[in-house]
Amino acid sequence: MNTTTTQQKTALRDVHKDASMRKQKAMMAAHYDRLTAAPQTGEKVCSTFVPGNLNELIDCFGLVNNLPEINAIQNGLRRVSGQYVLEAEKIGHSEDVCTYVKSDIGMMAKGNIAPNGQPFPKPDVLLLSYTGCFTFMKWFELLREQYRCETIMLHTPYLGDGTVTPNMIEYMVRQLRDEVIPKLERVSGVKFDIDKLRERLARSAQAEEDLVYVLRSARARPSPIDAYFGGIYYIGPIFGAFRGSEDALEYYRFLRAEVDERIAAGTGPVTPDGDMGVEKYRLVVEGPPNYTNFRQFWKMFYDEGAVVVASSYTKVGGVYDLGFRHDPRKPLETLAEYCLGVYTNRSLPMRIDMLSRYLEEYQADGLLINSIKSCNSFSAGQLLMMREIERRTGKPGAFIESDLVDPRYFSAANIKNRLESYFQMIEQRRSGAAHAA
Amino acid sequence: MGASLSMSDVPTIVARVTALFEDLDFSTAREWKSAKPERKVIGYMPIYVPRELIHAAGMLPLGILGGGDQLEVIHGDAYYQSYICRIPRSTIDLAVSGRLDFVDGMLFPSICDVIRNLSGMWKVMYPQVYSRYFDVPQNYRDAIGGNYYVNELAELRDALGHLRGAPITDEELRSSIAAYNENRRLVRQLYEYRGAQPWQAPATEVYLVTRAGLVLPVEQHSQLIRDYLSAAAAAERPRHDNCRIVVTGAFCEQPPLNLIKSLELAGCYVVDDDLLLVTRWLTEEVPTEGDPLQNLAHAFLHHSESTAARYEPDAAEKGQHLVRAVRRARAEGVIFACPSFCDPALLERPMLQRVLRDAGIPYVAFKYSENFGQMQPIREQAGTFADSIKLWSAQ
Repeated sequence: MNTTTTQQKTALRDVHKDASMRKQKAMMAAHYDRLTAAPQTGEKVCSTFVPGNLNELIDCFGLVNNLPEINAIQNGLRRVSGQYVLEAEKIGHSEDVCTYVKSDIGMMAKGNIAPNGQPFPKPDVLLLSYTGCFTFMKWFELLREQYRCETIMLHTPYLGDGTVTPNMIEYMVRQLRDEVIPKLERVSGVKFDIDKLRERLARSAQAEEDLVYVLRSARARPSPIDAYFGGIYYIGPIFGAFRGSEDALEYYRFLRAEVDERIAAGTGPVTPDGDMGVEKYRLVVEGPPNYTNFRQFWKMFYDEGAVVVASSYTKVGGVYDLGFRHDPRKPLETLAEYCLGVYTNRSLPMRIDMLSRYLEEYQADGLLINSIKSCNSFSAGQLLMMREIERRTGKPGAFIESDLVDPRYFSAANIKNRLESYFQMIEQRRSGAAHAA
Repeated sequence: MGASLSMSDVPTIVARVTALFEDLDFSTAREWKSAKPERKVIGYMPIYVPRELIHAAGMLPLGILGGGDQLEVIHGDAYYQSYICRIPRSTIDLAVSGRLDFVDGMLFPSICDVIRNLSGMWKVMYPQVYSRYFDVPQNYRDAIGGNYYVNELAELRDALGHLRGAPITDEELRSSIAAYNENRRLVRQLYEYRGAQPWQAPATEVYLVTRAGLVLPVEQHSQLIRDYLSAAAAAERPRHDNCRIVVTGAFCEQPPLNLIKSLELAGCYVVDDDLLLVTRWLTEEVPTEGDPLQNLAHAFLHHSESTAARYEPDAAEKGQHLVRAVRRARAEGVIFACPSFCDPALLERPMLQRVLRDAGIPYVAFKYSENFGQMQPIREQAGTFADSIKLWSAQ
């Protein structure tokens, strides 16, 4: 046992990280410290979700943001989510449903301990931003049972026909103006100041500009970033508790400079085992990753020289690379547009268009779908998406299956086998194309 | 809109509704459509669409509930992973096999992510067919959710008017509201009759009679219910010492008919359920005077059935609809029958179970899929549940 522990510690010490990744990690740690200290500092806590989060607004009321999905991810990365999922199933939650929910419920049942070892505070308000995922609604109804605190619903209509209509905007603005803001005022005791919101939105727009620059840097050969595994670090601050903050501005400036250095040096992404080496395959990935075996999963790619140049998962907290920026000139409308536009709120045809575009713009070799067992919002329809994208682009697709935070659904051998076959298929296509030429 | 279809005895009616249920080619709807060249059929999935708008356009609303246990899914499995429920894959199979080739439009209501995404799949697979994800408000204030919903209804009304080549008038809509008011009144009457005398109206018959309303013109369906109520009242059937239960969780993917039958064989009278909610979604009459869209919106906001797909803003009210259903039907327990991989039903279940525990109402739970064939465990579970209720009530 001692040997194993030593090996694990050595392995952790040996993980290579960009300076930006270390900075991101420090930001997240500081946030958890702030969050868990809330009972002592007197700060009030708002639990909410990543897609469609209203961080700028929450911050205007001095509320500390707590994101259950991020907590579930942290539990997955720390390999404790499995026991939490089992705990939730033991107390009556179905094995069929979302493991983010069960990780959260199980964590509460086992003491509700945050990654910093301190207990999570009870939220003062649940802000149910119902965007792109039906499970969110049930999740917060479940949490409401536990916490018995004020719960605010913000309903974001789905873009079924692929367009944002004036009716949708008006509906959302009315909800924000007449429901969300008055209730946040009541919970926080802070009067709403639209100028404070504008300031935060302006900072968001600047950070979004830098994030898009970083994401689009993957068009270079070799790509200086991995836009899926590495991308998850990059989106952390802006999808989490930092959008609209000075910290986020600084982080994305820093990240952009770091990526510029790599472009200038012609180097690829930094992986946990160091520089990736020769870029052999460029992929677009659809769907969330597995978190319980995150590093092992990533290694299956970089060991083969595969880099992800674009991904849909890095758009769940906001689609910025298609042009949207938070606009301080129309504060409530821009929040509505943001919520409406997040990736999982987009219709299947919109998702197909977006991924097809990525394949062309980023000169990718193919599309890989990581289908997540417990996320119907992403997964239902992905097989058709793959076939349609293959048809449109002529590029090969591949399909693997895993889960977000349930280790029972990560089959390393199976996934590795499929990936290796996929890379062989890309090679064969290349050699076929070379022969034809 | 449709000819009267008067039948006088239970076996004749049951034979008719069984034939409708088993007809996966939707022959009746096809015949209805082919009778006049201008006729159109609009398919819809669970859980609720305002069928009045379709009817007002002179079209037939056609409920699509998957393929049940009679359809061998050949194509549908190629579209879905093993962990997605069954109704979308059998619905895709119905479409790919040509069984829905006469359907002129499809509505996919706001119920879950799977049906929502199916709306997008339809757009990709059948771009020539009108299809729409029909969103409904989760905010129930008239000035917020109501305003949004009126505009959504207006968009649908315009689209259907465009499809038929002439706008839908307020008068047409009022007339359709009246037809559906009458139909909902009759469905509720049917449910009340079964609740009062469940041995006279077995759950399978009530299910089949209600389900016929998803394929027949509303006027024909209303007549069918009237006929069944008269015929059932005239028949004398043995009364068993069954317990009275409410079935919940089966609002989307349908249980096999044999499952419903098995519950009764196991000693349970089903005295209320959440099957086929579209037939009684609006719980009060919709006014036929005034602005019809405003009236439909008001009814949706304030007089809708409670179910997992709707947000419950009042924490204290969560699950109370089920307690009320139990009390109203004088039920002795609740059976949670949820489709496998059904997010809404399965995420909702622990909350409802907590409410039932607090109210002292016994319950049991199992899962099914529409092609589920192993009824023995269901009978054993339901039978044990029924026995335990009888034992408790004897104490």
